[in-house]
Amino acid sequence: MAKRVGIEVSLAVSHAVQLARAEAIAAYPITPQTHIVEHLSSLVANAELEAEFINVESEHSAISACIGTSAAGARTYTATSSQGLALMHEILFIASAMRFPIVMTVANRALSGPLSIWNDHSDIMGARDIGWIQVFVQNGQEAFDHTIMAFKIAEHRRVLLPMIVNLDGFILSHVVEALEFTDQDTVDRFLPPYHPWHQLDPKKPVTMGAFGMPEIFAEFKMKHQVTLMNSYDQIMKVWQEWGQLTGRDYHPVEHYKTEGAKILLLTMGCLSEVAEIAVDELRDAGVPVGLLKLRLWRPFPFAALREAVNGAELLIVCDRALSVGGPGGPVLSEVRSVLYPLSPQPKVLGYIIGLGGRDVPPEDFKEIVAQAQAEAELGPRQEFYMYGVRG
Amino acid sequence: MDKFDVASSQKYDVYASRLLPKEEYFTSGHRSCQGCGEALAVRWVCKAIGKNAVIAHATGCMEIVSSGFPQTAWVQPWIHVAFENTAAVASGLEAGYKILARKGKLAGHPPKVVAMGGDGGTSDIGLQALSGAMERGHDFTYICWDNEAYMNTGIQRSSSTPYGAMTTTSPPGKRSIGQPTWKKNMVAIAVAHGIPYVATACPSYLFDLYFKVKRAVETPGPAYIHILSVCPTGWRSATDLTVRLGRLAVETGVFPLYEVVDGRYRLTIEIPKLRPVKDYLRLQGRFRHLREPEIEFIQRQVLAHYDLLLKKCAAPYPEFPPLSHAEEGA
Amino acid sequence: MTKPLEDYTWQEVELGGILREPGSARDYKVGDWKSQHPVWTKSHCIRCGVCWTVCPEAAIIEETGGYFDVNLDYCKGCGICARECVTGCISMVTEEE
Repeated sequence: MAKRVGIEVSLAVSHAVQLARAEAIAAYPITPQTHIVEHLSSLVANAELEAEFINVESEHSAISACIGTSAAGARTYTATSSQGLALMHEILFIASAMRFPIVMTVANRALSGPLSIWNDHSDIMGARDIGWIQVFVQNGQEAFDHTIMAFKIAEHRRVLLPMIVNLDGFILSHVVEALEFTDQDTVDRFLPPYHPWHQLDPKKPVTMGAFGMPEIFAEFKMKHQVTLMNSYDQIMKVWQEWGQLTGRDYHPVEHYKTEGAKILLLTMGCLSEVAEIAVDELRDAGVPVGLLKLRLWRPFPFAALREAVNGAELLIVCDRALSVGGPGGPVLSEVRSVLYPLSPQPKVLGYIIGLGGRDVPPEDFKEIVAQAQAEAELGPRQEFYMYGVRG
Repeated sequence: MDKFDVASSQKYDVYASRLLPKEEYFTSGHRSCQGCGEALAVRWVCKAIGKNAVIAHATGCMEIVSSGFPQTAWVQPWIHVAFENTAAVASGLEAGYKILARKGKLAGHPPKVVAMGGDGGTSDIGLQALSGAMERGHDFTYICWDNEAYMNTGIQRSSSTPYGAMTTTSPPGKRSIGQPTWKKNMVAIAVAHGIPYVATACPSYLFDLYFKVKRAVETPGPAYIHILSVCPTGWRSATDLTVRLGRLAVETGVFPLYEVVDGRYRLTIEIPKLRPVKDYLRLQGRFRHLREPEIEFIQRQVLAHYDLLLKKCAAPYPEFPPLSHAEEGA
Repeated sequence: MTKPLEDYTWQEVELGGILREPGSARDYKVGDWKSQHPVWTKSHCIRCGVCWTVCPEAAIIEETGGYFDVNLDYCKGCGICARECVTGCISMVTEEE
């Protein structure tokens, strides 16, 4: 039976990993991911989770050791944040190319410099192209649910790709929320024991990680691309199955009060919860605004997004990361590119907010909507807007 | 052959070669340079580690010559991930098999885990991962193929390049005599981790190498073997001199063969009278630019290092008190 | 047998690029790199097998009667076997055009 508990979200994530019966965890501490791995190491120490916990000496070794445990045939989990994710960068590509279904939580945090331990999305936006499945969550329940579902998605034999669950550092990872814990029996029925489809076994020796000459490299990449895009169907199936078990439904692009909306805000992660409040208030004031929450980041939900913006006149994309010297925020540039074939197109404006832990209250969203409406009338006059920066 | 061990290998003298296992685990068709001492070392190391083993390999010469898609020279299960993380991958493999064994998901004994990398992948870029893995006490063997420079990328110096050697990034010139630093002592670094087995080896002393690898693999806990691998391409030496140069490195005291078991040093190949280092240096183009004073300096240093090693071998106490790693891995 | 790289479609690339045939490098004949190859004078050979142990290519094979010969498909002509031969019974012979 499911039970409702009040718990810090980091601990809820580690309990999800426990319920998923992860067999190997390699992790290096980094704020604000620490509570997740601290709790997991105590679960392992107390034999409440039958797993090996490897206290590696860096994140680079964390993800490398995860490749090792996965290649041995064990269900594998890790978590990191910010500089740690950046230090893993090289190996992230290799983990997906070698098709190891590692599940990783990224407690999103700004990248230095200056050094900042607080939340934004610049860490994960630097890792867009690593070939992993990536989702964003906006509250503790979603963090719990998606951690369990990630194992099932990643390990499906037609997927076999690593997966990242993004949750905002501190503002989500460190808050206490009331959420529903799915019981072990239900999780066991949902997620069968891991059966590795490729592993290093002396009884059936294989070579992994051969190098590719120019004659074959693009074929490798094509296979990876097609597999990642095709994982979409499996993701939908797993989410539906979970929805039937728990009554909690998830979609690649979530809608909030979008009926009849001429103006749409687009957010990811925790910003969505705040934006909902702003939308409520704006709707009460008669502004025809709605909210799109982009949950599935990779594979990018092309069709779902195009369908979701259909009929809107203005789309305001809120990025929590800056592509310095580029076309604004990473989400903005991708969304614009995806909507380019649409006719008619909404005007797409980009706002960069909440960098390095800067608080974004509902009033900011209301102000952004007002500004964006005025800017849209004028052109817009800028490629994108840095909101709330002094000077 | 019922029992093939060190003693029997010495008994049969020259015919002892016939006692070695015939089956090849690093097969013909790999693309190493002519006369590659490293490929020779790999060939015998793989025989020594046997069938029930998995290998994690660093990027480098041996990776690139052996695993070009769609062909592989490896017979044991083998994984290459990147350059600097081999010991971390091996850590994961060991932990992975451990938990699978504990959960009853493995039939038979868990495979032996062996990590391999070049001197760059070991003593430079991979040192952190290796140190972490040794410190954590994983039950694995790390083997360093030391050809004394980054040969795969075109003979650039590493921290393992010997003093005075010419490489493409330590060229001799008006202000340079070649490599300006003394070779990093990786073996001492491994010993400093308090691991149960550390050794040097060279394929020119085949039986010494073969039995050290066997012992390392069978030792519970971390083991480290540093193998001098002559590189005719990078050392500018004749391809047929590979085995001879390895022997000269040992006979001159440049690369002594020893092992450190639970902190106790022991020479495994004793050289009654060391030859002058000149005999070793003069066969290699990478030392051709050295003049008498530099050669004398090298000679003095080699003797001093050798002397220090003999003192360690004669020490009445080990380098460190016995650690728990060994018992835990058993 | 592995097939030429150019013949692989992306659909045929194995999961994660795995190679499932151990030792398939044997399909790649490196023997044409050499400019010389070893020849044994059997009358001087004591069949000790040292030549077999020192070959980096694992190209030296034992023949019937315990004598040794080289597999020219894989010999790169380095000459270590001739240099290390205990009796000097191996000589390196230059390849003909």
